[in-house]
Amino acid sequence: MPTNISIQASHITKRYGDKLALDDISFDVKKGELFGFIGPDGAGKTTLFRIITTLLLPDNGSLLVEGLDSDKDYVKLRKILGYMPGRFSLYQDLTVEENLRFFAGIFHTTPEANYELVKDIYSHIEPFKKRKAGKLSGGMKQKLALSCALIHKPEVLVLDEPTTGVDAVSRIEFWEMLDKLRMSGITIIVSTPYMDEASRCDRVALIQNGKIMSIDTPDAIRRNYGRALWAVKADDIYNLLTDLRLFKATRTAFPFGEHIHLSLTSDSVTPSEIASYLKDTGHRNVQITRIEPSIEDCFMEMMQKV
Amino acid sequence: MPIIEVENLVKKFGSFVANDNLTFSVEAGEIYGFLGANGAGKTTAMKILCGLSSPTSGKVMVAGYDVAKQSEMVKQRIGYMSQRFSLFEDLSVWENFQFFGGIYGLSKAKIKERTSELLGRLGLESEKNQILGSLPLGWKQKLAFSVSIIHQPSIVFLDEPTGGVDPITRRQFWEIIYETASQGITVFVTTHYMDEAEYCQRVSIMADGRIVALDTPANLKAKYNAANIEEVFLKIARN
Amino acid sequence: MRGFIIKEFYHIFRDIRSMVVLFGMPVIQVLLFGFALSTEVKNAPVAIIDHSNDQVTRAITSKLLSSGFFILADQVPGEDHIEEVFRHGKVKEVIIFESDFATKLEKDRQAGIQVIADASDPNTANLLVSYTSAIVSDYQQEYLKGMSLPVTVKTETQMMYNPALKSIFMFVPGVITILLMLITAMMTSISIAKENEMGTMEILLVSPMRPIQIIAGKVLPYVLLAFVNALIILLLSYFVLGMPVKGNLLLLLAESLLFIVMALSLGIFISTVSKSQQMAMMLSMFALMLPTILLSGFIFPIENMPLPLQVISNLMPPRWFIIIVKSIMIKGLGFHYIWKETLIIAGMALFFIALSIKKFKVRLG
Repeated sequence: MPTNISIQASHITKRYGDKLALDDISFDVKKGELFGFIGPDGAGKTTLFRIITTLLLPDNGSLLVEGLDSDKDYVKLRKILGYMPGRFSLYQDLTVEENLRFFAGIFHTTPEANYELVKDIYSHIEPFKKRKAGKLSGGMKQKLALSCALIHKPEVLVLDEPTTGVDAVSRIEFWEMLDKLRMSGITIIVSTPYMDEASRCDRVALIQNGKIMSIDTPDAIRRNYGRALWAVKADDIYNLLTDLRLFKATRTAFPFGEHIHLSLTSDSVTPSEIASYLKDTGHRNVQITRIEPSIEDCFMEMMQKV
Repeated sequence: MPIIEVENLVKKFGSFVANDNLTFSVEAGEIYGFLGANGAGKTTAMKILCGLSSPTSGKVMVAGYDVAKQSEMVKQRIGYMSQRFSLFEDLSVWENFQFFGGIYGLSKAKIKERTSELLGRLGLESEKNQILGSLPLGWKQKLAFSVSIIHQPSIVFLDEPTGGVDPITRRQFWEIIYETASQGITVFVTTHYMDEAEYCQRVSIMADGRIVALDTPANLKAKYNAANIEEVFLKIARN
Repeated sequence: MRGFIIKEFYHIFRDIRSMVVLFGMPVIQVLLFGFALSTEVKNAPVAIIDHSNDQVTRAITSKLLSSGFFILADQVPGEDHIEEVFRHGKVKEVIIFESDFATKLEKDRQAGIQVIADASDPNTANLLVSYTSAIVSDYQQEYLKGMSLPVTVKTETQMMYNPALKSIFMFVPGVITILLMLITAMMTSISIAKENEMGTMEILLVSPMRPIQIIAGKVLPYVLLAFVNALIILLLSYFVLGMPVKGNLLLLLAESLLFIVMALSLGIFISTVSKSQQMAMMLSMFALMLPTILLSGFIFPIENMPLPLQVISNLMPPRWFIIIVKSIMIKGLGFHYIWKETLIIAGMALFFIALSIKKFKVRLG
């Protein structure tokens, strides 16, 4: 295993009964990388993360984290992992401070010993350190959970859907914290169903139905979209969508906020042709702009290929 | 004519004010987006609108009934679906429809008629006898939505209906919402996906128990000089 | 490890529900069983038909009536009328002395008393009959003493150690057993299941803590609390209910500790097979509570059970502990009388500990 690799997964397969949760998954995560698994619920993200954290064994395939085998060396491996499970899993009836002290304690350390690492995050919630964890707001709970996962100075930080169910502001703050953490050289893998968060990662794996559809940097994934994409806007967006679907050159038409993202069967169709079609079908204030595809566009593109 | 009318709604838990003097109305057939940060008071307000909790003070009329006094009448006229509560995983699709139709007192014939109509719209007739737990998440969410409107309510409340759903299903879901609204059912929806807020005819944004912005997405973007609703949301939340 | 135990105490002391279960329940249960559910019968109306009416029958009659359990009801003219008085409900028991009672006793060393009880209330009837036979045999002993003949062997052993027939003495050992079982097994199984349900078990597993440490951390606080509980129950029984502790108190406490450890390991085992707090609760209730109450001999005598249930009752740890507690508290026996029972409980404890360590997964799923 090359020395700059932190996590190496080869051909991981996991079944639950008849259901194939993970289907021959292989990937590498480099040391110090911020690596994202992007996919909807049920894609297999949590199963994969439980395998990485030694909580589950794969049916097939092997997994090495920092050179340690997740099956044979799980005792050693658990010492260098920091894990934040998908659900808020701290003790609701303990205070902020007690939670931090407890989680430091089970790793045989103290909050004081590693305070530097969590200072940036913990300082936001320190004013509320006497408050029960169950009484914190969503964003603060998340900060506490992250502090607890970091308090023993892990080499690899595993965050399973840290931003699910969290509002847009807290999500942005959370990613700002991860950005800072990345500076400390820790390897971070994170999963999320929010496609827009992909751009915050060094590299991402797009995952759907237990399969990795693509692994690359967010920019490279966007470049590989492979065709022109148009954002179309008009006054009546719902009719715009149904009319665009009837347009002869339409390949895909998906609503994106106030726009419809349109891809065409042929690159030779010009925006003015689209515009005149829409004028004929009675649309007003039509705007057509060529755009760069987002990760979400790419994700849907790949979903349809599978 | 407004189907939801809220005037000076206040809800207190002890000294904590969860809803601070809310006033807004929702028109019949409208798709109304109800946004706000975690803990801003959305869930509390939604519970009051559904007749599950009564306001400390203020007047709340839903489908022509006062939620404080006629909550049972309100419950007959509304549908509710959330990401957390959906259907029974160990029952078949048809059994779920039958059960929830029965709850609303629909006749056997009516349940049958509505079920085939709703399943037909989703293209899931052939899955009628499948156990729900065996279906993909996206289908379950669509089915849960169909069940929530089986009794043809005046309003349907959707609490984060698309959380964690894949991007294509998420869009299909919104098309179903549009169709439903075009049949005259009012849709009251919360979401964490800010692009979905753009699909609403009007949105309100809550912060600290108050509604701080309420308008069409276009007007909000103009007012806050923002490119999209996410920016509007961030600008409001950071103030 | 220390931090773990501290945390566990925080959980317990901050949850009003578990505090009530832990400390409210013992008090309520002991008092409930002690007073409200007392099965003692006092002043039961009894009719006596004395065909002999000699000094012996009169002496037995006055002994019966002065015991406080019986009062003399209406006269019954003869056997023909027994059914009638029972039907009116005026009389609970009829005692009939055969004719020439004293003479027969002296000559044949044998005389008959017929006891007929109204068994529409079987518990009361049972009690009354056993009170009667106890009092009669008591008299018999006194009578025989004067005649310097060998003492007749008593068949009703239950009465021998409880001459006042106080039912509370029967209940306290059972209550102690049930409470220790309930608190320790149920509380630990729920508290472990809670960690599973809340998702915190995931984090604990992904830490350098070993399963044995996690289990010990969860369990030690409950050993302490259950022990405190045992003390509370004993103090209550002693001071409030007047229950004696005839044997060695230290031995009793040591045996209690052993039983607590057994119940805890059972609790851990339950938690390893249940997915949620509710399931742990249900399992504890149905797998532990009901058999403990029904099959341990606490309420229904094991001798009266059908054979299959008697066999099953051998598998009930409380059965053995009730014997131990009764032996120490009421009979004042020493360790050499109860080593067998002690060994059985120790064996069960080891079995469940081994089983739960084996079942406790170092991974999920």
